Amino acid sequence: MSGPTDNSPLLTYVLRQGDRSLVLAQRLLENVAHAPELEEDMALGNIALDLIGQARLLYTYAGEIDGEGNDENHYAYWRDDTDFTNPLLVEQPNGDFAHLVTRQFLYDAFAAPFWAALAMSSDESLAAIAAKAVKETAYHLRHSRGWMIRLGDGTDESHQRMQAAVDQLWRFTDELFEQDAVEEGLQAGGVAPDMEALRAQWTATVDAVLAEATLTHPEDSTMRNGGRRGAHDEPFSFLIGEMQVVARAHPGASW
Amino acid sequence: METEEEKFDALIDADDRIEPTDWMPENYRKTLIRQIAQHAHSEIIGMQPEGNWLTRAPSLRRKAILTAKVQDEAGHGLYLYGAAETLGTDRSELLDLLHAGRQKYSSIFNYPTLTWADIGAIGWLVDGAAIMNQVPLCRCSFGPYARAMVRICKEESFHQRQGFQIMLTLANGTDAQREMAQDALNRWWWPTVMMFGPADADSPHSEQNMRWGIKRISNDDLRQKFIDATVPQAELLGLTIPDPDLHWDEERETYDIGEIDWDEFWTVVGGNGPCNDDRMATKVGAYNEGEWVREAASAYAIKQAARAKEVAA
Repeated sequence: MSGPTDNSPLLTYVLRQGDRSLVLAQRLLENVAHAPELEEDMALGNIALDLIGQARLLYTYAGEIDGEGNDENHYAYWRDDTDFTNPLLVEQPNGDFAHLVTRQFLYDAFAAPFWAALAMSSDESLAAIAAKAVKETAYHLRHSRGWMIRLGDGTDESHQRMQAAVDQLWRFTDELFEQDAVEEGLQAGGVAPDMEALRAQWTATVDAVLAEATLTHPEDSTMRNGGRRGAHDEPFSFLIGEMQVVARAHPGASW
Repeated sequence: METEEEKFDALIDADDRIEPTDWMPENYRKTLIRQIAQHAHSEIIGMQPEGNWLTRAPSLRRKAILTAKVQDEAGHGLYLYGAAETLGTDRSELLDLLHAGRQKYSSIFNYPTLTWADIGAIGWLVDGAAIMNQVPLCRCSFGPYARAMVRICKEESFHQRQGFQIMLTLANGTDAQREMAQDALNRWWWPTVMMFGPADADSPHSEQNMRWGIKRISNDDLRQKFIDATVPQAELLGLTIPDPDLHWDEERETYDIGEIDWDEFWTVVGGNGPCNDDRMATKVGAYNEGEWVREAASAYAIKQAARAKEVAA
C-alpha cells in the first residue's frame, strides 16, 4: 500500500537512472583496447568512467531512500537481470564502431537535456547528481556528435555503416521518453522532468546532426520497449552475468 | 672548433639533456626510438590483460579505479609515441613495426590474467617493477623521454598502490580470497622478476646505453632493488613468495633468490608465451577493424578543408 511517506516511486525512479548509466558503461568497457585509435580508447574509457560515477551516486542515493542498509554494490551486483530497468538502447551490443557511436549519440542527445532538466529537481540530491552529469554529458555529446558527422559524411563505406546503425538503433529511441505513473507522480512534486518536453530538444539535436552527417532516420520503425519491466533483449543476461560473476561467487566478501 | 660529436659528448658528460634539435649519433637516435617505442607498445598492449577484468570488477569502486588505470595507460602510450615522434618517426610507422612483429613490448603482458587477484598482482608487482625501471629514466639523457617519464612515474605509483591495496583486501578477506591472492603471487612472481631483463653478463647493449645516459642502473641492480622492496611487502600481506631458496643474505644485506628460469624468459620473448598470439591478434584485429574509421576521418577532414577554402574564396 502506498502511503504519504512511501518512498518506492522515488527509489524506482533513481534506480532507472542508475541502471541506464551503468549498463551503457558496461558496454563501453567491453570495447576498451579495441578502438580504432588510441585517442578513442582514452575517450571511451573516460565516458565509461563518468557513467560509472553517475551510477555510483545514484545507487548510493537509492540505498539511502531504501533505508535497508544497501550500498551501491547491492544494486549493481545483487539484483537479477530482470530487475534492471534500463532502456533497451543502452544494452544493445557494440557491433562495429558505427553502432557504438550511434548508440552513444542517440543516448547523449537525450542525456544532455535530461540531466539539465533534472538539475532543476525539487529533490536536492537528484539535482546535485544531475548537475555533475550535465557537465560530463556536454563533453560526451560533443564527442559522439563529432563522430556522427565525420563518419556519416566521410567515405561511402562509413556512410553506409552509419546509416545501417541509425536504421537499426532508431527503434530503441522512443523508450528513452517513456513515462508511467512513477514519473507522473514525481513530476507533480517537481522531482522529475516531463519527458515529453525533453523529446523536442532531443529531436532538434538529432535532426540537425543527422542532416549535417548526410544521414536520415527511418520514418516507420516499429518502436521497441520493455526495459522498464525487465523485459530485455537476449544478450542482456550475459552482460549482467559477466558483471556479477566474481561478486556473486564470494557472498559477503569485501573487495 | 668543436665537432658536433664533441658537443654531444660534452652534454652527456655534463649530465645535461639532449633535445630533439641537437645533433646526436645515429645509433643513439635508433636506440632511443626502439626503447621508447617498446615502452609505448607495452603501455597499450598492457591495456589488454587489465581490460580483461573491467567488465567483471567485483565492486563499482574497483571498476572505476581500474577503468581510470587502463585509461592512464592509453595516455602513457600517447606521451611516449609523442616523445618518439620528436626523433623523426611517427606513430603509425611504429605501430606498423609492432604489428609486423619487428618491435616488441614487455613480455610480462604475454601472461594471462586468470582471476581478479591478478589485477592486484599486476598493480603491486608489475607496476612496482616498472617503477623501479622507470624512475631512473626520469634522468634519461634525452629530454622529451625524461620529461614524459616524470609524469608517467607519478601515475604508476598510484597504480602500484591500488594493486597493493587489492592484494591487502584479498589477503585479509575470506579463505577463497586469500587463496586467490596467493595463486596470483605464485603465477606473477617469476615473470615479474624477469621483467628487468637478462643478467648483466648477458645484456649486450647495456654498456653503451650506460655511457649515453639512456640506462642508469644495471638490470641486476634494479632486480635486486625490486626484490628487496617487495619481500617485506609480501610478508606484510602474509603471502608466500614462491621461491624455496629465497633468504636474507647477512653479508650482502639483501635478499638472495633462487635460480631464474631463463629458458622460460627466452621462450616468451621469442613469441611462445601463453598469450603472445592473442595479444597481437587482438591489437592487429582492432587496428584493422578501425581502418575504415581512420579513412573516413581523413576523408572528412579533406572535405572540410576544401569547404573552408570555398567559403574563403
